Amino acid sequence: MRTRPTQDEEAIREVFAGFFTNECPTSVVRAAEPLGHDHELWAKLCATGAPGMALPGSVGGGDAPLRDLAIVVELWGRHLAPVPLIEHCVASRLIVGAAETGGGATDINDRLVSGGAVATLSFRSPESGRARLVPAGAVADVIVAHHGDAIVMIDSDPPGKAPRNTADLPLADRDLSGATPLLTGPESAVVWQRALDEWRALMAIAHVGLSKQAIDIAVAYVTERMQFGVPVGSFQAVQHGLADATTNLAGADLLANRALWALDTGQPDASRLAGMALLFSTEAARFATDRALQYHGGYGFAEEYNIQLFHRRATGWALQLGDPSLEYARLADREFGPRRVA
Amino acid sequence: MDFSFPPEAIAFRAEVRRFLKDNLTEEMIAATHDGTIHSPALHKAMAERGWLSGAVPKELGGGGRDPLESVVLIEELQLARAPIDAMGVAIVMVSMILEHGNQFLRDTVVPRLLSGDALGCFGYSEPESGSDVAAAKTRAVRDGDEWVINGSKMWTTMAHVADYVILLTRTDPEVTKHKGLTFFLVPLDTPGIEIQPVPTMGTERSNATFYDDVRISDDWRVGDVNGGWAVMKTALKYERGIAGGQFPSPPVIDAAVDWASSNTRPDGTRVIDDPAVREKLIRAMIDVEVCRGFAYHTASLASEGVMFGVEGSMTKLFASETYKKHCRWFHDMLGVEGLLTHHEPDAHMGGLIEENLRHSPVTAIYGGTSEINRNMIAEGHLGLPRTR
Repeated sequence: MRTRPTQDEEAIREVFAGFFTNECPTSVVRAAEPLGHDHELWAKLCATGAPGMALPGSVGGGDAPLRDLAIVVELWGRHLAPVPLIEHCVASRLIVGAAETGGGATDINDRLVSGGAVATLSFRSPESGRARLVPAGAVADVIVAHHGDAIVMIDSDPPGKAPRNTADLPLADRDLSGATPLLTGPESAVVWQRALDEWRALMAIAHVGLSKQAIDIAVAYVTERMQFGVPVGSFQAVQHGLADATTNLAGADLLANRALWALDTGQPDASRLAGMALLFSTEAARFATDRALQYHGGYGFAEEYNIQLFHRRATGWALQLGDPSLEYARLADREFGPRRVA
Repeated sequence: MDFSFPPEAIAFRAEVRRFLKDNLTEEMIAATHDGTIHSPALHKAMAERGWLSGAVPKELGGGGRDPLESVVLIEELQLARAPIDAMGVAIVMVSMILEHGNQFLRDTVVPRLLSGDALGCFGYSEPESGSDVAAAKTRAVRDGDEWVINGSKMWTTMAHVADYVILLTRTDPEVTKHKGLTFFLVPLDTPGIEIQPVPTMGTERSNATFYDDVRISDDWRVGDVNGGWAVMKTALKYERGIAGGQFPSPPVIDAAVDWASSNTRPDGTRVIDDPAVREKLIRAMIDVEVCRGFAYHTASLASEGVMFGVEGSMTKLFASETYKKHCRWFHDMLGVEGLLTHHEPDAHMGGLIEENLRHSPVTAIYGGTSEINRNMIAEGHLGLPRTR
């Protein structure tokens, strides 16, 4: 057991901390709104190799475990980077993996590894050939979806335009009527669930990054801001709210990393931990951003201050998967068996 | 990062489970209803296996079991509801003596504590000082080779069955409060000590202890004269670490699942099929996994030789606050039946949830209140200004 990062992991963190600090200041995040995507930033990220780092070496990927990818994703979350890194990595791993087990579509592997094609997954099954509000649907070329007993895929031009939404996410409806099967039969459900679990665990660590930055912003603000002749951060009410936020964050960090380790190493409780990690880290992020915004006073509500960027994304990221209540229900079904309803 | 346990810890977990299966009886668990969360037979059996010594670091002269194995031990004991108050006290007290005590104490007291032949208790709090522990007023005055102690201590839980109390005393009232403190280990059969029970709303019996011209030789001093605060810091370090109770919720959750699966609502539906109940159960199970993460993290740091600080505060804060919440949720779920105490033969699972509900408030108080831990996190981790 080693719950601290290794030297190699620290090295990855250092490289990407530099990348995001230089290439993705909040001015970039703001400029990318409302679409929530920055083509130039994606191109720069592709040049680092990040989009292909967790793809198999056999297709030219970096063969990295999810834990290494998660270091990049945590920083992605910390900087609210407007590029669909998680969706691309999870969808690409699914597509490449399916091709290796006899599914179709080997011809797009190079584009996925390089990031030349952006991939994503639709959490909702298409209805009458149309998938609603696909995450990264506004900018993704390749979309995978689970439909019936098959995973289907389509490679088509993205609309480049998103409906206005709380978190400035590049959501879009997409036409999947021309999608072709990538994987069929009972195995497709297993593969799909695995992809969702990877998304859950990576999104959990993204919320950890977001929370860290939100708490850092809050601490800096309450240390500077004077009221009643003293720093706001000297008040115990404020200190205790931030102490709770940072405790929840530390717990979320450990749980998310344990889920990622469990997925990497094939632990029997990997799926359970991934589901739990997403729910807990989402709440931790919402609590952290709520406290951080509150302790800014009125300025926290002003568009000019950055904390609102974090608050809105802590609201939006996990909702792409659906109502969290459904995730609790899903975990309960695993734990207690399906509900018996008369 | 790597969250796998070493093979030795996995084997040790199996050994602890076998031990509990063979040694921990329902009678031992029920015996705690008299207020003393301690089973002499169980304590002795664990001591014989070297498990008390094992939790004391090797560099201090203890058994030096890998902290990852110690955390496994605590986890399994708590999952099985084993009464282990005396074990935690012994580990912390031995660590204090080994880190600060003289050869006499190391030779005479430590072996008796580690063999389970003697028990200890803590004498920190006083009627007028709890969280502000350094404000202790109990006086120790030097008289030749002896010290004369006068004062009173609160929450000396276990004193009525213990052999020693480790006393925080004031030896210099003229200097700032942290600088005039000295620790003594005092045998509880020394003349001048009176022990009075303090009943609690939980199941525990605690005690108030009174010291009236209690005379002990200088051999019983722990640490330097007026150096008591350094000893206190050692105590807190071990108490907030692996000796703390970090898995209090699982038995409550198990009992709640049992009740919800075997009871129905007035409309005939099973309680376990209620989505609101299911969500609470999953939330509680998530909190338990977070507690595991914290416990494994502090143990992993200790195993690498990294002394943790604020992580101990976070672990204790999170575990106790969520435990209180879980007790409330699942006590509510039982409705009026949840009110039945262990005295009633038809109380669900021997009144387990009710008993935990009444016990739970103290967990966010003893060993450092939630508020003190939040202060430590705000100051020590976030770097916010000290307010006291």
